[in-house]
Amino acid sequence: MNMMVALLGWVDDRFPLTKLWNEHLAEYYAPKNFNFWYYFGSLALLVLVIQIVSGIFLTIHYKPDALMAFASVEYIMRDVPWGWFIRYMHSTGASAFFIVVYLHMFRGLMYGSYRKPRELIWIFGVFIYLALMAEGFFGYLLPWGQMSYWGAQVIINLFAAVPFGIGDPLSEWIRGDYVIADATLNRFFAFHVIAVPLVLIMLIAAHIIALHEVGSGNPDGIEIKKHKGSDGIPLDGIPFHPYYTVKDIMGVVVFLMVFFAVVFFAPTMFGYFIEVPNFEPANGLKTPAHIAPVWYYTPFYAMLRAVPNMFTSQFPGVIVMGGAIVVLFFLPWIDQSPVKSIRYKDMRTKLALAAFVISFLILGYFGVVPASPIKTMVAQCGTLVYFGYFLYMPYYSRTEIRATMFRAPLVALYTLVTFVIIWWWWQDERVTVAIRSLMTIFALGYTTYFLILPAYVKPAVVKPVPERVTK
Amino acid sequence: MSEEVDHSKRRFLIGLTAATGTVGTAAIAVPFVKSMLPSARAKAAGAPVEADFSKLQLGELLIVEWRKKPVWILKRTDKNLAELASLEDKLADVLSDQSIQPAYTHNKYRSRVERKNVSVMIGICTHLGCSPKYYPDLAPAGFEDGWVGGFYCPCHGSVFDLAGRVYKGMPAPTNLVIPKYKFVTDTMVLIGDDSEETA
Repeated sequence: MNMMVALLGWVDDRFPLTKLWNEHLAEYYAPKNFNFWYYFGSLALLVLVIQIVSGIFLTIHYKPDALMAFASVEYIMRDVPWGWFIRYMHSTGASAFFIVVYLHMFRGLMYGSYRKPRELIWIFGVFIYLALMAEGFFGYLLPWGQMSYWGAQVIINLFAAVPFGIGDPLSEWIRGDYVIADATLNRFFAFHVIAVPLVLIMLIAAHIIALHEVGSGNPDGIEIKKHKGSDGIPLDGIPFHPYYTVKDIMGVVVFLMVFFAVVFFAPTMFGYFIEVPNFEPANGLKTPAHIAPVWYYTPFYAMLRAVPNMFTSQFPGVIVMGGAIVVLFFLPWIDQSPVKSIRYKDMRTKLALAAFVISFLILGYFGVVPASPIKTMVAQCGTLVYFGYFLYMPYYSRTEIRATMFRAPLVALYTLVTFVIIWWWWQDERVTVAIRSLMTIFALGYTTYFLILPAYVKPAVVKPVPERVTK
Repeated sequence: MSEEVDHSKRRFLIGLTAATGTVGTAAIAVPFVKSMLPSARAKAAGAPVEADFSKLQLGELLIVEWRKKPVWILKRTDKNLAELASLEDKLADVLSDQSIQPAYTHNKYRSRVERKNVSVMIGICTHLGCSPKYYPDLAPAGFEDGWVGGFYCPCHGSVFDLAGRVYKGMPAPTNLVIPKYKFVTDTMVLIGDDSEETA
């Protein structure tokens, strides 16, 4: 034992091991009232480890070559001992990563985890989400199946839509060829296994360093550091280790049960985790009958499809899709509520969040199924609600009607956009009048309830927030 | 020598070092960025392709590969050509003024006038690059009224007529692209080359 203590002392004189352990685990005080939603941060780390380990073992057998890639994946599935297991862990892990991250982000929206002083944690988080989307996109090309090929074709052509003569050279630069080819596969492999993971790990480190600097939030949205004991420890805080390490292990057990149930019994998740056309090798001359991205991109894809061409360019759709991500960065400054947590916010804010989640799910569904005039109309409605959650937030979240310089022009602009969309719907003869009327009532109702009423008539009333965290 | 630090000199040197470093970083980025452009081999693979369509029946579509893209050779019937005019109020770019094609195909058939039954097009949707499907008889959903044959893109639902012209209100902004081509013999077309001298 003395030997161990001496060894630790020797290390500590040369490297701050005990200091790091204490700062980030044993003496990192987290609020004692974490609930179910606080599992998903540590679960995301677990999935990252699963992806890195399974990924390393896949690269041992995989060949990033257009002529060999598809066959090498089949080789992993059939001939490599336990290869099927490692690959299904990796493919299920990709979807699991997004499930966990979406729930983690929802937690943030619910409890105001992005609010001051945690703005940078949120911004690093949005960058992590972007990096994750890039990682998933690069990885999906590697099996070189039909969906890999045509999915990448569609996404890279989004860049070709950039106007002013930049688009085509840009997409050629990304592909390294005039079409998706061996050059594209080879570089996507490099991005997928080294470039993006490095960025991802650095961003996650920044996310956690920023978190541990300001301290964790909690479901009450109260700063536990405001009430410290005589020892300087927050009265409502408990050391992360052993309390939350043990609690999170329980979450890990439940998560792994579900995760491996999918790996063993439904690895393709009925075509949602691995799409059916991807069991056919890539063929540049034949597009599969129906193309859809993997489920975790489909809400954004539905927004892309929902925006019609303007000025013989599809760039506006690309802008809307990009805007759906960019708007996330501004969230910490959009929210004007005096309270952080949904627990103390008014009904309107709760409904806004509910409408946002439902619109995201509906958009996700419409991104999977083939487009039709009615679905396009509903997807446009969903896009309105998605952006409404953020753009109307300054109005429905504030507790006073404040005359600001920007209020009237902004409200007028948002209302105008709603009217333009409604006008557009009434140009479309392919949809019945009943459905057009229903959509119109919904869009007008949404704008009235979440924008016009709170901006001019009835501001939010929040409940009093207790001094100390509740159970 | 004075113990005093000359701050303005320090600032100047720091600025100079930073500027040199920035220029150096920008310079070293050039080879890395350029290394990702299409390689000499990829560029060389763009040679013209000869296609023999002697076995193609009227109304049939032949797909050949040129620059790794699908190129369609479609033999249209006289009825097909006559019906093209009936679609004009349904199309987004009737005269193909916004679209890409060689000058000799910039006409209502979008083909060489001396062989207007044979249409040559790049089978890549101008929206996001999927390859549309040939619907000679059966109409895609929503187009049952007056369908005279055309193409339907499975990715985002763009519909084109038999001259590759896009219908109104489609995701695709312009008509299908037509490559340079010339007829070498009556049943042989050279795709990617339209030079006048005979080979």
